[in-house]
Amino acid sequence: MKILALDSSGLVASVAILDENQVIAEYTVNYKKTHSQTLLPMVDEIVTMTGQDLSDLAAIAVAAGPGSFTGLRIGSATAKGLGLALEKPLVSVPTLEGLAYNLYGTDRLVCPMMDARRQQVYTGLYTWQRGETDPASSMDDHPEFCIVRPQTACPVEEILTACIEEAGRTGRSLILLGDGVPVYEDLIRQRLDQAGVPYSLAPSHMNRQRAGSVGVRALALLAEGKEETAAAHAPIYLRKSQAERELEKKRSRGSET
Amino acid sequence: MIETTNELKKEDKKDKLVLAIETSCDETAAAVVKNGRDVLSNIIYSQIKVHTVFGGVVPEIASRKHIEKINPVITAALQDAGVSLKDIDVMAVTYGPGLVGALLVGVAEAKAIAYAAGKPLVGVHHIEGHISANYIEHKDLEPPFLCLVASGGHSHLVMVEDYGSYRIIGRTRDDAAGEAFDKVARAIGLGYPGGPKVDRLAAEGDSSAITFPRARIADAPDDFSFSGLKSAVLNYLNQCQMKEIKVNKADVAASFQQAVIDVLTDHTIAAARRLGVSKVAIAGGVAANSSLRKQMQEAATKNHMTFYHPSPIYCTDNAAMIGVAGYYEYLKGSRDGWDLNAVPNLKIGQR
Repeated sequence: MKILALDSSGLVASVAILDENQVIAEYTVNYKKTHSQTLLPMVDEIVTMTGQDLSDLAAIAVAAGPGSFTGLRIGSATAKGLGLALEKPLVSVPTLEGLAYNLYGTDRLVCPMMDARRQQVYTGLYTWQRGETDPASSMDDHPEFCIVRPQTACPVEEILTACIEEAGRTGRSLILLGDGVPVYEDLIRQRLDQAGVPYSLAPSHMNRQRAGSVGVRALALLAEGKEETAAAHAPIYLRKSQAERELEKKRSRGSET
Repeated sequence: MIETTNELKKEDKKDKLVLAIETSCDETAAAVVKNGRDVLSNIIYSQIKVHTVFGGVVPEIASRKHIEKINPVITAALQDAGVSLKDIDVMAVTYGPGLVGALLVGVAEAKAIAYAAGKPLVGVHHIEGHISANYIEHKDLEPPFLCLVASGGHSHLVMVEDYGSYRIIGRTRDDAAGEAFDKVARAIGLGYPGGPKVDRLAAEGDSSAITFPRARIADAPDDFSFSGLKSAVLNYLNQCQMKEIKVNKADVAASFQQAVIDVLTDHTIAAARRLGVSKVAIAGGVAANSSLRKQMQEAATKNHMTFYHPSPIYCTDNAAMIGVAGYYEYLKGSRDGWDLNAVPNLKIGQR
């Protein structure tokens, strides 16, 4: 089952073609250039280089959010256009789950965080646990993906508290990744050192969005039947627009008086 | 060699279908246009209700609505035209000017469709689209002609020298004409969108009740300025309030509108006379204003000029006009790559 995966949720632009067995091509750029100018040329590049026929794709996976609103829409509109033209379904992959999949199979707690500005991060908490063993190969433990805390926008303090609690409860150590880590590194180190929670910051080959990981997460979601039509797909913003927030504030003030 | 030529000729004779997408502001629109003149479908999803509560277009909300609506709007355009994507010859999309986040939705979507379906892609200038709307219902209209473009974001006098060839004659120095309508509408409590509301109320008022200024710019007779007029209206309202005089809103609307129309009409006709052009056209949202159309028609007739204007449905933002402009750009040989970006401040005639 071949999938085209896209991630333009943050500074990274990443595209990949993959199936259950291998990543056929992956192209990831972490450089300040607008996704509008890079994303589709990157798709074209890997499709041409590997001689793919787009009609062979089973689905188009996209990191659906959270992330930069504009970045999400570029990925989303690209996926929707491809889906419309190719008549293929879309798989909406929560951005933080795609990031967590960079660390497939670990028994550590995985905490991806993206800088959401306004003193907040987009974050979640994930881990893997042993699945059912395969009768044919009793040592293969089929790690199961566990969403300890689904993705949200919250203050960095809040997620660090949740990490410390979960680490204390489970005895698991922690891996942090994502573009929020360098922004809050001092605070992260201070809080975790203080709490005595063993932790590690993921190294560069796995600490940002990768379309390969988005694609593998998408295969798992597809197996659960979680696909959608290109028409129905929309980004997961996790936040209302500023204008809506202000209007709500004004209205709630109005109802108080 | 000979075969190639024959094939090209055959290709030339075939009808060209353009699928066009427009998302530069608060309308999500798609259309199918045949040979740059026949509109086979024209689907517009207007977000106006979503933005009314905010008193104007909120860019982030507009972008979110575009993403929600774009696929259904495109599918409806194909269905309405009775064609499928494989029948389409060219993809056209507005890439500027406009709200960058809104433009990006249409641009990314159009690029992906063109890429996956193997169609050539042509980026279209939004204002060149508005001007080209005149070709839809006036099959005899051909360049050269002078076009007044007046909308919420633009006030331009543009000389259309050939298909896809534009020269700016005059432009606004401050507010666009439509912007002045919106601001005055807000000041007299009509709300958003101002244009149609002022137009309707003005019909009940006396356009000579209050004398508002008609701005001229020294040394630049073809340029516009509407901020002085807007201020004059606001001053008038303030003074009435201070002196506790009851304001006749219909008279204010009518007098304000008359000042705008006088300026627009006078500038257009004067420029056309000086340039020796016998055809004048109007385009953009303000071109739907009934009094402007009437006065332009009278002035053109008096000066032995032919006056062209699109129906209101082609004055507001729509994709059919983008399909028309895209068709002529395509004929000129314009093609865009998969790296086409949105250009929020794109200039007329710039590529």
